[in-house]
Amino acid sequence: MTQSDFVALVMPFKDKVYRLAKRLLVSKEEAEDATQEILMKLWSHKQRMEDYNNLEAFSMTMTKNLCLDRLKSKQAQNLKLVHSNYEAPEVSLQKQIELRDSVAWVNKIIEELPEQQKIIVQMRDVEAYDFEEIAKILEMKEIAVRVALSRARKTIREKLTQKDSYGIR
Amino acid sequence: MELDKLETLLERYDAAETTLVEEEQIRAYFEQEHVPEHLKSYKLMFQYVAQAKEERYEKALPVQPKKSLNYRWLSIAAVAVLMLGIYLQVDQLNQKTTLDDLSQDELMAFNRTVEVFSLVSSKFNKGTDNLEVIGLVSSKLNEGAENLTHLKEFNKTTNKIIKSK
Repeated sequence: MTQSDFVALVMPFKDKVYRLAKRLLVSKEEAEDATQEILMKLWSHKQRMEDYNNLEAFSMTMTKNLCLDRLKSKQAQNLKLVHSNYEAPEVSLQKQIELRDSVAWVNKIIEELPEQQKIIVQMRDVEAYDFEEIAKILEMKEIAVRVALSRARKTIREKLTQKDSYGIR
Repeated sequence: MELDKLETLLERYDAAETTLVEEEQIRAYFEQEHVPEHLKSYKLMFQYVAQAKEERYEKALPVQPKKSLNYRWLSIAAVAVLMLGIYLQVDQLNQKTTLDDLSQDELMAFNRTVEVFSLVSSKFNKGTDNLEVIGLVSSKLNEGAENLTHLKEFNKTTNKIIKSK
């Protein structure tokens, strides 16, 4: 396989890999780093690449595993600050500012979701994979994917309506 | 799309039961500017998704080919060099090693060489004969130095005498 073959093969989904990595790792640099590593792994296994019947799904699974591993090792390294929910009754100034940018607010809400729900929201709502594919990539049952997605969608909307009810735009 | 139809669709959307086609319909609906107040949260969600789709991986693809030595050709070259070395070695072993193997001309050349070497060697010996003379001079010098010590002894005693006076 030549370089241009490889690029043509990888081009359609490299952005998807990057976006999934960014969804999980949050920071742009780390997501780029993870994407780089995935692409390098693919390149070094290029002889076997024709054997994978669905390269994109395979790459997405690899990305998911790599990112979850990184998150795990990071959690193991760092001391975690467990914050009790000291919530001020009135909306803090910072929150008000954040709320103005409603679209960024959606991002924040998704960031707070559990990892698995994040991945599913990313793959279904952003990348528009069908449930069968998602189930295959995540090695889950389709019904479990639907349940998780439903939960995530409801949580996101709930938080958005909460925000709306503060009456701040 | 009528509102009640949309709302049943959204209900199924929340339960994650919609197909991709249906979700596309919903997305298209929320692209419009004005949506009912209670559906604002959906609009935000779809706005966000549209934005998230735009992110791109902008770094170059890491596809530089690895520069690996071709070990097969390297080993062939190594074997060739080894063979050449052995061949030359064997060639040398076959060469003539005793005087009996030499031809008439070669023997003559050999004798000549030996003669020349012995001539040079005799000249060298003459040179060493001359060196003996220098050795003699050196021994005489040593003798002279020994005599000097006597003089020193004498000097010491005279000093003593001067002091006692």
